[in-house]
Amino acid sequence: MTATPSNQSDSVRLMTPAMLVLWLALATVPLWIARVGLYPYLGIEILIWSLYALAFNLVLGTAGLPSFGHGAYFGIGAYAFGLCQFNVVANLWVCLMAAFVVAGLAGALVALFISHRRGIYYAFMTIAFGQIFWTLSIKSHKITGGEDGLLKIARLPANFGLASFDLADNVAFYYFVLFVFALAVMALWRLVHSPYGRVIAAIKQSETRAAHLGYHVWLYKASIFTLSAAISGFAGGLFAMAQLAAFPDVMSLHQSGYIVMMTLVGGGLVSFWGPVVGVFLFLIARDVIGALTNAWMLYFGLLFIAIVLFRPEGIAGAIGALFEKHSAIRRQGNSAMRLLFGGGRWR
Amino acid sequence: MALIEVAGVHVRFGDRVVLESMDLAVSEGEFHGLMGPNGAGKTTFFNVLTGRVKPSRGSIRLDGEDVTGLSPRRIAAKGIARSFQIMTLFDEFTARENVTVGLPSFRARGFDMRHAATADPGFAEQASEILATVGLVDKGDVRAKDLSYGDRRALEIAMALGQGPRVLCLDEPTSGLGTDGVQRLATLIGKLKGKLTIVAIEHDMEFLFSLADRISVIHWGQVVARGAPQELQQNEWVRRSNLGRFA
Repeated sequence: MTATPSNQSDSVRLMTPAMLVLWLALATVPLWIARVGLYPYLGIEILIWSLYALAFNLVLGTAGLPSFGHGAYFGIGAYAFGLCQFNVVANLWVCLMAAFVVAGLAGALVALFISHRRGIYYAFMTIAFGQIFWTLSIKSHKITGGEDGLLKIARLPANFGLASFDLADNVAFYYFVLFVFALAVMALWRLVHSPYGRVIAAIKQSETRAAHLGYHVWLYKASIFTLSAAISGFAGGLFAMAQLAAFPDVMSLHQSGYIVMMTLVGGGLVSFWGPVVGVFLFLIARDVIGALTNAWMLYFGLLFIAIVLFRPEGIAGAIGALFEKHSAIRRQGNSAMRLLFGGGRWR
Repeated sequence: MALIEVAGVHVRFGDRVVLESMDLAVSEGEFHGLMGPNGAGKTTFFNVLTGRVKPSRGSIRLDGEDVTGLSPRRIAAKGIARSFQIMTLFDEFTARENVTVGLPSFRARGFDMRHAATADPGFAEQASEILATVGLVDKGDVRAKDLSYGDRRALEIAMALGQGPRVLCLDEPTSGLGTDGVQRLATLIGKLKGKLTIVAIEHDMEFLFSLADRISVIHWGQVVARGAPQELQQNEWVRRSNLGRFA
């Protein structure tokens, strides 16, 4: 939402000051992450899931469509990357493109069936399709390796023509993922502030009005879902490289639930950066609290409940509200929650 | 030839007939009022006119072209714009953004993902002009949900005007407005009259009788009386229903 004049100018920019600060901060991570007791691989995971969460938030936050089976597209991207590497050509760019395209096609197929729906029906259908893809990934042993996963996926070298970088090392791979993440964030930032992004945001607020203004609501809803699935699949391709394998568990319902939790806790409903905040919090909490107790999810779950009850606009929204005195963001969060979960009272 | 020609429109919800043999001809530049008791079928008729409800029989022509049963977006693209009785605004958007999204030039770029929406000042300028027409020019940066009730009503109309329509359909534009608000709206409609073809559902008889060129009285899904305000005064049905005293 670019309502306040202060970020009006940011919406025109390709790269905002906030992005630049974030890139620079993230670029220093490998220098100190081991010293604070964490490990470089966590940085990779956070960036990939951040990209996935931003892609997911195109549907949840920008379009207001509750998709609870998004793990499917992340997983399909991972498998597509591996299968492309084994069966087509072992080229990084081709395989990442394959992850994007195949997940996008799966998303488009699902979008065909769900885009005339909204609210709870939409949510249920995304779950149903997510479960279908998850089941297929487990049952198709010959293609996906079933529950054992698709193993021995290589981190292909990044060939930029003039120079080629080996990504086998976690630090090198981290910088590659950061580079891709930076490009993707710029593209997504532009997307949500483009006329297309504004139309999507309008449709979220009133499908009826948008239709009477002459917009093809179905096509917009189907296209944003497809795009979101494709970018999620792209992130999945990176994840296959990170893990050196592709597993069905990221496609399961509870893993699909994680991305929803991360996005909501972070504040994806009111803020572009919300999903990223949520991913940072979730994965760092997993490792830090998880080192202390197996029941870390219990604590994160409590946090999730507290946020939904008291700060439905999420952490990014709460931070934003500190800067923006009036409570526009807060109300926005509330109405967004209402939009997603029906007319129930949330406060 | 009339700009809008509705002939023999039937609408049925289940076994309930909502509209029966509705006919209407509105010529270019005319302000045509629709009145009648609650549940008479006025809003349903609007929904047929703007594509939300498909009639089971009958036809609707816009400038001779058959537009019966087209979807809302196609009807909108043909130049029929509507406002809503129950306000249907983009609440999180500013007033200016609300109007901007409705501009046909913006819609033409609806799938543009590569440029920032605010990079082209043309949209904001166009939207501001429309806002000026309805008296909201200095409230362009206010979120729709933060506007006063009267201003929200005005924005409802501004969005429809922004579509640059040939026909403007207003569903109870004075609904919930105070005397000042109605006066303001009357001034606005007075300015638009003649330039646009307007069809308005309205309960405020004083408002309607002072502005409309012709009025159709709808009851039980049918037109029971039709004519210029002065003529309606003489009409038996209108007299009996105590509506004529305003004429």
